Amino acid sequence: MASLSGLRRREAVAFYLTISPWLIGLILFTAGPMLISLYVSFTDWDLLTAPTWVGLDNYARLLDDPRLWQSLKVTALYTAAYVPLELAGGLSLALLARPRLRGIGIFRTLYYLPSVLSGVAFVVVWLWLLNPRGGLINLMLAQVGIPGPRWLLDPQWALASLILMSVWGWGRTMVIYLAGLQNIPAELHEAAAIDGADAWARLRTITLPLLTPTIFFNLILSLISTFQTFTSAFVATDGGPLDSTLFFVLYIYRQAFQFLNMGYASALAWLLFAIILALTLIIFRSQDFWVYYAGERAE
Amino acid sequence: MSDADTAHESYLLAPRGWALLTRYALLTVVALLFVVPLAWMAASSLKPEYQIFASPPVWWPSPPRWENYVEALTQLPFARFAANTLIIAVGSIVGHLLSCTIVAYGFARLRAPGKGYLFVVLLSTLMLPYPVTMVPLFIIFSRIGWINTFAPLIIPTFFGNAFYIFLLRQAFKQIPLELEDAARLDGATTLDVLRYVILPLSLPALAAVAIFSFQSSWNDFLGPLIFLQDQSRYTLMLGLSFFRGTTQINWAYLMAASLVTVIPVVVVYFVAQRLFIEGIAFTGLKQ
Repeated sequence: MASLSGLRRREAVAFYLTISPWLIGLILFTAGPMLISLYVSFTDWDLLTAPTWVGLDNYARLLDDPRLWQSLKVTALYTAAYVPLELAGGLSLALLARPRLRGIGIFRTLYYLPSVLSGVAFVVVWLWLLNPRGGLINLMLAQVGIPGPRWLLDPQWALASLILMSVWGWGRTMVIYLAGLQNIPAELHEAAAIDGADAWARLRTITLPLLTPTIFFNLILSLISTFQTFTSAFVATDGGPLDSTLFFVLYIYRQAFQFLNMGYASALAWLLFAIILALTLIIFRSQDFWVYYAGERAE
Repeated sequence: MSDADTAHESYLLAPRGWALLTRYALLTVVALLFVVPLAWMAASSLKPEYQIFASPPVWWPSPPRWENYVEALTQLPFARFAANTLIIAVGSIVGHLLSCTIVAYGFARLRAPGKGYLFVVLLSTLMLPYPVTMVPLFIIFSRIGWINTFAPLIIPTFFGNAFYIFLLRQAFKQIPLELEDAARLDGATTLDVLRYVILPLSLPALAAVAIFSFQSSWNDFLGPLIFLQDQSRYTLMLGLSFFRGTTQINWAYLMAASLVTVIPVVVVYFVAQRLFIEGIAFTGLKQ
């Protein structure tokens, strides 16, 4: 800092002053807690008595905990189905609601509407829609002579039901795609159309390649959020039936706040962190192979 | 959406004739998929008990049973829950607006060694899963007596939020530097610049942050679930989940209660939906 002139130096001081709330918060509510969590993960602690140091025991326990593997399986299956569905579904909605037709704003507004009610109310509405006896979906199926499954109450169907529910939240991805679509020059489409390219060819050769940065962004968002799925599992099924919807975060929650295994829960949380970090890094690395940034790279 | 997106819209390729008609038909069918569940929720909330499980489904409960609302909302202290939720929501909005504005200004305008590095740190915290810090935060907050108070849900908002800081920084960066320089020449301090130059020109972005903050604290579930224990401290979402957990679910009551709890976010969404959608679109664009 010594080399900075007085004015630059004052500006630097001002910068650190203005960002100090965030820096302090980062230490108090993120970095500090993470260090504590790391320490706690090497202990056995029920919060009531003093923590006892157990070394790597909690991490060793990860290896042969069948419920942990079940929760990883559930989370991975859900992610594998949800992420591609949301990416494709959101894009379809965006393409559908893309042309600036009269009244298009109303459709966009309605598509996004369920996304604002995320949380418990969202889940509760679906609990009722999927109710085996009086739920709308089974009543409609009955009208056409199909006996509906028991949805969230059936171990075979529970996870699939949660995936079905997520369709209702596609509006969020749609909005981001709509923004990305605005960046694609119309002249490209027009020139291709004059050369005889039909809508499908234009989608494949113009829209999709130019939209890859947006797809990338949605992919990251979607992945991080599915790995943190909690509310729907907690409210709709409480992990059941037969652990068929035991999501990873729900399992951490139980270990920490129901069984008071703070040490083991911390080890689980670090495992979650490692998984998300690894996936994010892999996807960031993969950008070179499939994400196209026109002109300069994003900042 | 803004007028700017007309620039990249092709009139040459706009759907016409049958294509236009099919497009509208498809738009409508899809819209129904998004709206029907809500209509079903509203219809169910007004049904007398014997119509709840009726097949074929009853769309117009007759006569509508408005008492469901009164009965549902008095089974649990929902007024208390609403007041609690409002306190947390208002606290979060104030906290986020104050802290994120100042921090975003620094990132948008001031030059300093290490800034680029810190900005990367800021962006990477966006990807940090909350469950990683929830256990240690619970431990810390229980040590300092914050459990069962609103402090864990409000105080951290006064220390910024990576997403809102990022959003505001993008907005501040679009304000011409000349305006700020002119103010500085006239002797304005950084706080003056913020107050008289930056903030008045960033109202849409600030409104977007206020709305996002409101929505996320209103809908938050995991935070209140961990930090609030007494029923008298519950938020609406906790109350709703507790209501759903009662052994004999009365679906009409549950739908009535759910509908009431989502009305504020839905109203805010409709009033400010342009800001809402632009705010999201904005962050998606400038990744």
